[in-house]
Amino acid sequence: MTDILVQMHGIDKSFDNVAACVGCQFELRAGEVHALIGENGAGKSTLMKILAGVYRKDAGTILFRGQEVDIPNPHAAQVLGITMIHQELNLMPHLTIAQNIFIGREPRSAIPYLLDDARLNQQAQELLASLHLNYNPKTRVGGLTVARQQMVEITKALSYNSQVLIMDEPTAALTEAESEELFHMINRLRDKGIGIVYISHRMEEIKRIADRVTVMRDGQYIDTQPAAEISIDRMIALMVGRTIYESKPEIPDHASTDVVLEVRNLNRGRELQNINFTLKRGEILGFAGLVGAGRTEVARAIVGADPVDSIELIVKGQKVTIHSPKDAVKYGIGYLSEDRKPYGLITGMDVANNVGMASLRKFLSALGIVDDAQINAVAQQHVEALAIKTPSVKQKARNLSGGNQQKVVIAKWLTADTDILIFDEPTRGIDVGAKSEIYKLLNELARQGKSIIMISSELPEILRMSHRILVMCEGRLTGELSSSEATQEKIMQYATQRSGVVMAS
Amino acid sequence: MSMQSGAITSGTSYANRILKSEAIQRILAFAALLIIIVFFSLSSPNFLRTQNIEGIFLATAVNGILAVGVTFVIITGGIDLSIGTVMTLAAVITAKLVSEVGLPIPVGILGGLLTGGVAGFINGVVIARMRVPPFVATLGMLYVAKGLALILSNLAPIYFDRGSGFTNLATGVILQIPGVIEIPNAVLIMFGSAIVGSFILVRTILGRYTFALGSNEEAARISGVNTARWKIAVYTLAGVFSGLAGIVIAARLNSAQPALGQGYELDAIAAVVIGGTSLSGGEGSILGTVIGAFVISVLTNGLRIMSVPQEWQMVVTGAIIIVAVFLDMIRRRT
Repeated sequence: MTDILVQMHGIDKSFDNVAACVGCQFELRAGEVHALIGENGAGKSTLMKILAGVYRKDAGTILFRGQEVDIPNPHAAQVLGITMIHQELNLMPHLTIAQNIFIGREPRSAIPYLLDDARLNQQAQELLASLHLNYNPKTRVGGLTVARQQMVEITKALSYNSQVLIMDEPTAALTEAESEELFHMINRLRDKGIGIVYISHRMEEIKRIADRVTVMRDGQYIDTQPAAEISIDRMIALMVGRTIYESKPEIPDHASTDVVLEVRNLNRGRELQNINFTLKRGEILGFAGLVGAGRTEVARAIVGADPVDSIELIVKGQKVTIHSPKDAVKYGIGYLSEDRKPYGLITGMDVANNVGMASLRKFLSALGIVDDAQINAVAQQHVEALAIKTPSVKQKARNLSGGNQQKVVIAKWLTADTDILIFDEPTRGIDVGAKSEIYKLLNELARQGKSIIMISSELPEILRMSHRILVMCEGRLTGELSSSEATQEKIMQYATQRSGVVMAS
Repeated sequence: MSMQSGAITSGTSYANRILKSEAIQRILAFAALLIIIVFFSLSSPNFLRTQNIEGIFLATAVNGILAVGVTFVIITGGIDLSIGTVMTLAAVITAKLVSEVGLPIPVGILGGLLTGGVAGFINGVVIARMRVPPFVATLGMLYVAKGLALILSNLAPIYFDRGSGFTNLATGVILQIPGVIEIPNAVLIMFGSAIVGSFILVRTILGRYTFALGSNEEAARISGVNTARWKIAVYTLAGVFSGLAGIVIAARLNSAQPALGQGYELDAIAAVVIGGTSLSGGEGSILGTVIGAFVISVLTNGLRIMSVPQEWQMVVTGAIIIVAVFLDMIRRRT
């Protein structure tokens, strides 16, 4: 009977009254690779971060080798024998491999505070050799490839005699060959009796390397199955769940056949690969995919916020070059970013000034002075048209609720005469009531002939609003679905496809 | 005296590897120094005179000591603007203890070092525990130390007794080859500081954690390093070196001059930066700092010998700083 290393029961965790984990459980045996899967926001990272000491649980118990433990910080976890290898590696790039491995526990010489670097390097060498890694311990970590840096992290974990290794999306930044090496390493670790938690979206890999699979959804534990006995389709179905939607509102298809935006040959290294798509007038085009799939990157590339390797843009039939968001506005393209506060709204300024921010040039009097009265008037018009709840246009933006702040950002882009609007997670952080108002607004804008790209990670939202859906996975367009044929499962399938068909439309 | 820069993984060309190694900035700084020396030697026969060379070394001493201390701070990714006025405060306290209170010189010296250490410690606490940004915290200390120095000195210089021998600390000569060359003690103290500083940086826990803090403080913290404590230690160390610089400058002038000090921090930081230590932290060396300090003093001296007005010397020094850092940034980016 294999040892049970970790048992987690009834774990609750909330951030600012938003529940990330409710009654979650997890079990890990020695010598097993246990995959943990779920959509973004399912709670899997949160649960593991609690185990690794990065977060503290609000409720529940954690048993390590049968003993109840408290894990107040990452160092405590490490000392227990639990190490998490995060996606953003915890290494000091200017220091060497040996120095990184032993940071905080450097071998000292007899004289206090004096380092014994000879022993440091020797011990590091031994550790590396025990894992069949042929690295020079005096190499600066910053000069290593990501794959090798990961190996250094694994070596460091082992130097703490870790019995539990949590790996968060370990192959996200690796090539196929490097992933193979990682799997060899994982097998070696498994043979040593180490328990590995493998958080990943890559279904084929999970089928290949995992012994068991645990699915989480919406902050809750769903099920655990032996990996060999569960199909990829079933895994996806469990991840997505059978939500009962309200009868799908009829999506008025006012979309004409006019193409207002064509994106061709958009490339940027591995982040964006050969993206091609079109957008019609009056259409709401949904962009679905997992976080990190590249959707925001596409939007920012279109409006010139980030440099690209290649892109062809045809706006309303005219070939254009967009070097900066200012150019984008000139061609009528507005981008409502994911994070309102840092990128969309100047919270310290009032509503009127925020509304006018993208089009101040229009409000200049002959002498070049900003015409406040005019801005106020325009802002007032939008407040009425969009039903923005604010005592006046002079109210500071930060005092408005999330939903109303979002409307102010929309008003800003309308004032700037944009008719191609890219919404990135438009209802994030907005309560249910305000959400439906935003949806109504989007439909109204589309009806008026504006063309909308809606990036969203909420599948119900995408299904509800989009006339057409494009799905991205790891920088590629992997699927296109019309509103009628789209389902949550189909979208998830495209969103987790590692080597997908590149869609051109 | 250097951080080991091991082999970088294959895939980068040999030339690229050389360029990217840490040592290159020091080599470049040293090459620049040689070029400047050659240039001035050719421009004026007075440059290579023994007396002038001794003068250059002496002129570098105080800045060199300050620069050694602040190198640690900059490697952690921080900055210390107070080192100039803390130096003056230390000088004032040393002078008060010796000349006014009448304590023996060693006690005065201890007082000066302690002053610097305490000021540095306070900087460290404000930065590490109160989370005030280093720029702001040390800017505040700059003014506090300046004010205290003026208050304690009653706005007037404090002189040492001619007979006390205090000035020998700086201008006395222990090391000399009679008739050939004399090395003033201040210069010995500077090189001594550099050797001690380098040893600490490369061979001790404090040095290791200095680099760790600058490279990825969060990673170090997660690994169990008490980052607050070691940050405080770094700023305290810089303070002690400021104290030492204060003693040396007081010895040179045989007095504590309370109006001096502000402005010295910039020369020290310039020396560190020219020598290849990055302001963003994580890498650097004492050797580079020393070379950088000499670049500045040789430049100043040579231009003066060429009768270039002092104002132009400043322009040139400023331009050199910008060019040095820019070249270093380009080197890192390629």
